[in-house]
Amino acid sequence: MKDQQMTKMIKGVAAPLPLANVDTDVIMPKRFLITITREGLADGTFADLRFDSDGAPRPDFILNKAPWTQASILVVGDNFGCGSSREHAVWGMRQLGIVACIGTSFAGIFYDNARKNGLALPIVSPQTRDALLQYAGNGAEIGIELNDRTITAGDVSAPFEMDAATQTALIRGRDDTLDSLEHAGAIRDYEAGLKSEMRVSVIK
Amino acid sequence: MSRTLYDKLVDAHKVCDLPDGDMLIYVDFHIMNEYTSPQAFSGLDTKGLSVWRPEAHLAVVDHVNATRSSEPHDAASKLLIDNLEDNCTKHDIAFYGLGDPRQGIEHIVVPEQGLVAPGMLIACGDSHTTTYGAYGALGFGIGTSEVEHVLATQTLRYKRMKTMRVTVDGETAPGVTAKDIIMKVVQVVGAGGANGFAVEFAGSAIRNLDMAGRMTVCNMAVELGARAALISADETTQAALQGHPHSGQFAFKGENWISAPDATFDKEVTIAGADIEPLITWGTSPDQSVPITANVPVTSDYVSPKAKAALDRSLKYMGLTAGQSAQSISIDTAFIGSCTNSRIEDLREAAKILEGRKVAVGVEAIVVPGSAMTRIKAEAEGLRDIFEAAGFEWRPEAGCSMCLAMNDDIAMDGERVASSTNRNFEGRQGRGARTHLMSPAMVAAAAVTGHLADVRDFK
Repeated sequence: MKDQQMTKMIKGVAAPLPLANVDTDVIMPKRFLITITREGLADGTFADLRFDSDGAPRPDFILNKAPWTQASILVVGDNFGCGSSREHAVWGMRQLGIVACIGTSFAGIFYDNARKNGLALPIVSPQTRDALLQYAGNGAEIGIELNDRTITAGDVSAPFEMDAATQTALIRGRDDTLDSLEHAGAIRDYEAGLKSEMRVSVIK
Repeated sequence: MSRTLYDKLVDAHKVCDLPDGDMLIYVDFHIMNEYTSPQAFSGLDTKGLSVWRPEAHLAVVDHVNATRSSEPHDAASKLLIDNLEDNCTKHDIAFYGLGDPRQGIEHIVVPEQGLVAPGMLIACGDSHTTTYGAYGALGFGIGTSEVEHVLATQTLRYKRMKTMRVTVDGETAPGVTAKDIIMKVVQVVGAGGANGFAVEFAGSAIRNLDMAGRMTVCNMAVELGARAALISADETTQAALQGHPHSGQFAFKGENWISAPDATFDKEVTIAGADIEPLITWGTSPDQSVPITANVPVTSDYVSPKAKAALDRSLKYMGLTAGQSAQSISIDTAFIGSCTNSRIEDLREAAKILEGRKVAVGVEAIVVPGSAMTRIKAEAEGLRDIFEAAGFEWRPEAGCSMCLAMNDDIAMDGERVASSTNRNFEGRQGRGARTHLMSPAMVAAAAVTGHLADVRDFK
């Protein structure tokens, strides 16, 4: 569910997940996608990493170990969230209690899905990410200040990238659909300017 | 004035700027499937909203349906399918469901129905919507919240991307297909190398491709992170617009849907066509590929500790030994299908290899035509007979099938699949399943020999 009052400061235990190219099939395997609701996806999140084929927790996976069982932040490898457009991946991460992923790059659709659901994705340099992986591996808390786009962990204080629209969306919380409908007049004006042969009508 | 095709498309579809730096862009056509749209429709219901322009949308069933018969294989899948039909009925949206002669995989159906033309903007809750760039149209994948947004407003919030041009120049060798070209691009640019970019493909090797090949290239551009892929429209594009149910019903004129000759791109990548060989993936990311004549990498091929660790992890998952030859990899299953490679042209290429040959003992071989129309055409051309005589199972219903295994076509733990699909991720085709991506002809060659094989050895 969308957070209507996203906190401007995120602080919590961070888990290191340094694998590159973690795709949305890994974040949310397809067997959890046969659903018409957004709910009930926490158990499916990273299911094949968290559980063995008998459903028992894998003791060596980071989110199954203290203190990272309490993690609300992930520090992730390059190109996190690549692959399928399934928003279920983001819904599941939020339902698992993850509120931010810090990485060097994220796949585009995943990035857009995240911001619609209050999942912050601060983008940092490889050096900062590697330093944060160290802190996360030690079980330290990481702080993410959305207003001034700064991450703090121990004696590290580093800037992160986030486009202005995403930053605003995360801080204020917003329903994009309702917000855009406030521009219905502009949409009608655009449509009025379309030539008739530019209006697609699908044969039923 | 010297704009890229991408910038022309964005400019033509801009509705207005928004205060926070985004813009609203207009969506000419939106296509939906049964698994990424249910929560979008329920979002409309919750907010009491209606569909802005119902005639500009199409829904198809493709991801979860069984392909052995027209019946879904379980109750949960049936619920998804029925839910989509109910939503379309309620909102007066065109629905090409199971049993409809127009049904098939989204990105096969749209060009087949003539629903894509140069200059259009097309959105879909599926990452492979980049396919439409083959027509000089801006197509891109969206999440479910954005599906709700486009249903309610016919627009999307949008941020203009950077541009990258990938030029593939020169003749490619016989046996090298569009699939090999895009797999080479993914290998060179890297799995996330085009994050934040719209990629335009140019050069003589691209120009020389037919529309099916161009669609394969643009389809898999998302595997390098491109949010959009484009090929400037030309005579080949224009010729492909004729002869479909929607042909002549709409056109987006007013611009030349090509990049200006002196347009500049934020990044340029150049690949020599002559350097491309038939490729196979050995790992669990689409950029982990080698020529079929080469070996699986060894640790000393990499410098960074992270890359070495990634190699180890991929080899362990894939059950391979560092340095083993690509052609020594035996397969259990051969799969031809998916939005990347299940068009009539793909089936013809595979059939050329299969004609007069038999699938190797112990290999299960499946072909799922991309749409009902593709299947009927292939059957009329005699391709079904060739596939079946060779020992392939010819599936009567179209769908995504084993590409992502949301239906009952699931590879088992450890099962090794030669696949004409687009993703070799861990668990993609089934938990523990091992995927090797390649062209449809290479899948046919692997099916016949029982191991990965060089299509050029088949005369």
